Amino acid sequence: MSRSRLLPTAILVLGALYCVGPVLWVAIASTKGPTELFTTFSFWPSFEGGFWYNLTHLLRYQDGIYLRWALNSLLYAGVGSVLSVAVSVLAGYALAKYRFPGRNVLFYVILAGVLVPQITLAVPQYLLISELGLVNSYWSVLLPSIISPYGIYLARIYATAVVSDELLEAGRIDGAGEYRLAWSVGLPPMLPGMVTLLLLQFVAIWNNFLLPYIMISDGDRFPMTVGLFTMLNVSTSQPVLYSLVVMGVFLSVLPLIALFLFLQRFWRIDMISGGLKG
Amino acid sequence: MTTLSTGRRPARRRGGSAPFVLVAPAVVLLVTFLLVPIGYTVYLSLRAARVTGGGLGRRVEQFVGLENYRGVLTDSAYLDGVVRMLGYGAVVVPVMLGLALLFALLLDTPRVRLTRTTRIGIFLPYAVPGVIASLLWGFMYLPSVSPIRAVLESVNLPAPDFLGPSTVFFSIANIGVWGGVGFNMIVLFTALRGIPGEMYDAARVDGASEIQIALRVKIPLIAPALVMTGIFSIIATLQVFSEPAVIQPLSDSIPSTWVPLMTIYRDAFVNSDIHTAAAASVVLALGTLALSIVVLTVLQRRAFRSDQ
Repeated sequence: MSRSRLLPTAILVLGALYCVGPVLWVAIASTKGPTELFTTFSFWPSFEGGFWYNLTHLLRYQDGIYLRWALNSLLYAGVGSVLSVAVSVLAGYALAKYRFPGRNVLFYVILAGVLVPQITLAVPQYLLISELGLVNSYWSVLLPSIISPYGIYLARIYATAVVSDELLEAGRIDGAGEYRLAWSVGLPPMLPGMVTLLLLQFVAIWNNFLLPYIMISDGDRFPMTVGLFTMLNVSTSQPVLYSLVVMGVFLSVLPLIALFLFLQRFWRIDMISGGLKG
Repeated sequence: MTTLSTGRRPARRRGGSAPFVLVAPAVVLLVTFLLVPIGYTVYLSLRAARVTGGGLGRRVEQFVGLENYRGVLTDSAYLDGVVRMLGYGAVVVPVMLGLALLFALLLDTPRVRLTRTTRIGIFLPYAVPGVIASLLWGFMYLPSVSPIRAVLESVNLPAPDFLGPSTVFFSIANIGVWGGVGFNMIVLFTALRGIPGEMYDAARVDGASEIQIALRVKIPLIAPALVMTGIFSIIATLQVFSEPAVIQPLSDSIPSTWVPLMTIYRDAFVNSDIHTAAAASVVLALGTLALSIVVLTVLQRRAFRSDQ
């Protein structure tokens, strides 16, 4: 191999090792029981039954609360992202294809929403949710997750790029109603972009920490992120729990990795990189 | 960046009530979870709880003008947090985007090997939530289980204390870089892939090296994507909260005012001082907004200049 190929490849391999290393370590560490974790060599798995011990004890921890956290995360991210994409696509399509009073104001509000960190709104959102009597309910995390200014913004760019004005015009001349046009002309070309939006929003909600951390106090309604965080806090005083946290971390990264490997061909990242000519 | 303009061809004003119906859910949610909270925060930030009537007086909420803001802007712990947050951004954003750009350019270089495997590997951390990433790295740093320490000690090298007062800043910055580099790399790589191959032909005929092509042709052409990733990276680093919050129980070197959001959280939920928290939130949101606009303007101008 010539030098001009070797060096770039070597840099990429180093980068990949840096990125995969911690995940690989946690996979190895999950095979170690509570005492082995602190005593055996880090990068060598153990075959003394530690994996099984960790798995069963984690699933039994507090009557199986870990699985609840997993299901809660799935609920928040699954329902939240589907509703979010629906809202974003409707608004994005309308902003791209109609000129109506208030359109510019709405667009500036959305831009401001993109630029103001959502998280600085977490405290007032908490106060609002508590006024509505929804604190500690599933709604308290779901409702604020549905609105995604960035999602609307991307949907608008995407609708501008892929939905044909000519087809809409032709449909109107044929006397089709606006909702039918939106459904049969607007929606089909937007589907690939919607998959990308769905993934982005799913990951954003799945990864969210501060919002559920603030809104939810009942362990039964925690998502995975908050659940494992509280478990880590407990384990600083009960080190025997560390190996369970390691197992919990390992299991929690598997679903998203699987989701990405499965859906990667449907990605339209050019939506984000500005590659779409709007 | 043409994406911010109002579109290629102005949509016609027709459709009757359809556009209003289509945007209605978004408008309701934007008003409820964006505008109302913003307004309510500003309102709260101008008020404070006061004890009146001396002795066992009642607590009364009243209008206090900009007093909370004065309090926030003179609170040295909050200001230290702001400086630390800016420092964090100044370290994380260039390192993360620099690495992302380097990896993206290498992936786009002809005849480089293992691109598929390394691309997936570098992208992997995107599938790991920030909190989980912090837990992962927490284990990497924790002296009793740290594999990095184990490796260094096995070759008789002194292992650094990753959680000490002088190092914890970089340990947390590392988590931010690790979590963001893959996603940005994919965005930039996708932009590079969108460039037609003929763009390079002239340069290759002139005998330009791959490095010259990368610097002179590729980077200017993906400037819009760099602007977008830059803006979103800045916004993301200004929201840093979960990384230090997760590392905090493992280290004595992270006060509960390490970054502004931690101070806000403490004021609102530990000290029950919602008014100070509101003022601090407004300051943080305005600061972020101002910074994003400045960066957007500066970068956009530069991006346009290289377009011409």
